[in-house]
Amino acid sequence: MKLISSELNSHQPLAINVKGLYHRYSKTEDATGISIPRWTLRRGERIFLYGESGSGKTTLLNLLAGVLNPTKGEIQLLEQEFSSLTSRGKDKFRAKHIGVVFQQFNLISYLSVMKNIQVAAYFAGNAKSQVEQSASELLLKLKLSPDVLQRPAGSLSVGQQQRVAIARALINEPEILLVDEPTSALDACARDAFMEILIEICQLTSTSLVFVSHDMYLQRFFDASVDMSSLQEPVESLEC
Amino acid sequence: MLVSLAWSSLGNRRKSVVLTFFSLLISISVLLSVEHIRQNAKESFNRTISAVDIIVGAPSGQLNLLLYSVFRMGNPTNNIAYESYEALSKNQHVAWTIPILLGDSHRGFRVMGTNENYFVRYKYANKQTLEFAAGAPFSKLFQTVIGADVAKQLKYQVGDEIVIAHGIGNTSFTNHDKTPFVISGILKATGTPVDKTIHVSLNAIEAIHLSPSQQNKLLNDANAVDLTPNGMTAVMLGLKSRMATFKLQREINNNKKDQLMAILPGVAMAELWQMMATVENLLLVISILVLISSLFGLSTMLLASMGQRKNEIAVLRVLGASPSVIFALVLIEALLLVVLVIVAALGLISFLLTLSSDWLATEYGLFLSGNLLSADSLKVVAVIVVTSVITSLLPAIEAYRNALDVGLSKKH
Repeated sequence: MKLISSELNSHQPLAINVKGLYHRYSKTEDATGISIPRWTLRRGERIFLYGESGSGKTTLLNLLAGVLNPTKGEIQLLEQEFSSLTSRGKDKFRAKHIGVVFQQFNLISYLSVMKNIQVAAYFAGNAKSQVEQSASELLLKLKLSPDVLQRPAGSLSVGQQQRVAIARALINEPEILLVDEPTSALDACARDAFMEILIEICQLTSTSLVFVSHDMYLQRFFDASVDMSSLQEPVESLEC
Repeated sequence: MLVSLAWSSLGNRRKSVVLTFFSLLISISVLLSVEHIRQNAKESFNRTISAVDIIVGAPSGQLNLLLYSVFRMGNPTNNIAYESYEALSKNQHVAWTIPILLGDSHRGFRVMGTNENYFVRYKYANKQTLEFAAGAPFSKLFQTVIGADVAKQLKYQVGDEIVIAHGIGNTSFTNHDKTPFVISGILKATGTPVDKTIHVSLNAIEAIHLSPSQQNKLLNDANAVDLTPNGMTAVMLGLKSRMATFKLQREINNNKKDQLMAILPGVAMAELWQMMATVENLLLVISILVLISSLFGLSTMLLASMGQRKNEIAVLRVLGASPSVIFALVLIEALLLVVLVIVAALGLISFLLTLSSDWLATEYGLFLSGNLLSADSLKVVAVIVVTSVITSLLPAIEAYRNALDVGLSKKH
């Protein structure tokens, strides 16, 4: 078991605190699951979480986002009980405190970029007037021209869409950003540009970042990385 | 925000949405217009005649007599003898009579021969007598009183001369410009077939049926020709006491001298409604079925879109939308569409009613109000909205279930 926390911010409060987490998809014998006895992430930390396909990376993200419920154990986010919240409570918490970027299709293609960002702000309960201002600022930081705001999201290139996805994920100034293989649809050049911008903007906003990928090349953009398998206890051993 | 989201989502599926829109537009328009005509037809027919106790005509059917004497629909079968009219006028139970002599027309409008009683005794709607917008009843042979619609459509004014032809079409047998009629009065609009009628005296009808030589004689000397009509299309009777109604009806029906038939307008009207009720109900059932089928179309359209919307739902979920918000979103979409359709349907029907109101009034004696927003229509609208919500529940539930098992990185 490896605990990742740099000396610099060890005084920081915890962003993620996982205790005795166990989850499996169904009760059938051959179902795969994950089991994480203990894992923490401090505020402002950025980690690279890697592992084979099927190692449970995405399941962990789903649990952290509250889209899945753990079978056993607990998750605390921002030092609050999270896994015991009602599903509506989780939805609210997610809207306000967690930003998510997935592999692809982060945006509703027929809505304008602005509207996509406004929808995110709407579910977090943020005022519409402030959204336009901060959206333009975010896009500028993400090296996108503010002109794209009025264009339908579907008309942007995949690289641009992924950057808009970051803007959308960050519009509510979430403390935690969960990112799942966002570069898999990008070419090498766009990927590097994307990664640099992502890291830079997380530094600027001191957002805790959990970045999931199987592409070890991306490790170089992070100060810390975690192997998924090192977090886990073999699931079988828990069964009795 | 949800409404604007739903709106954009509809816009994204423009093609299928537009098709569904038209399918719903047709069915909702049909339902609303059937309902509107149903309510209005009854009212329109019922207001046409009031205060007349008995109508007498040649034996045919009571509906036939009612339709041609009151609604100017169809053609009179036979005339009754003028002597019978005189006898009826003198009958001890009869307070007043209105003679009716039909069979001629002027540019598509029916010409009716009658006498001055008509302008005093004839009542429509809630016992309202006819009123003049301009001029006065005819007092000379070649004078006429026209209904409000005739004046409006043909742009006639008091003092204008018109030519009356035989037959009820637009063609005439002589178009006798020797015997033109001068308009002496224009009636106020009543919303009944009276508006579409040209009224002349009984003698005038007789005069236009004279041979050209006799007409020449008449023009030289007004008393040269006997203008007493040979027959009468129908006679409306007002009784001194309503108690005598049935007695008099039996008496007339058993008349030996002339073949007569007496009908009670109220009873005939009731028979008309009974006949119409079957057709009405059939129409209503058909339009409800059409509506249901297009609501299924709406449901299918939404359901079919669920496949492509899984990704969209996943995005919304991740942004913090609860499954019930997704559920509501689908319902809002359906409601938006249906409300739009209802507004469009009301507009369409109003438009069509304005276009066809003259034709309906002339051809069917139907005077429909252009106001669609009666309490009954609103009830129908409410039922449509509720039914569409119910049929949209299926896709909404599907969306809810999609929303429940959405994962962050489902491979789409």
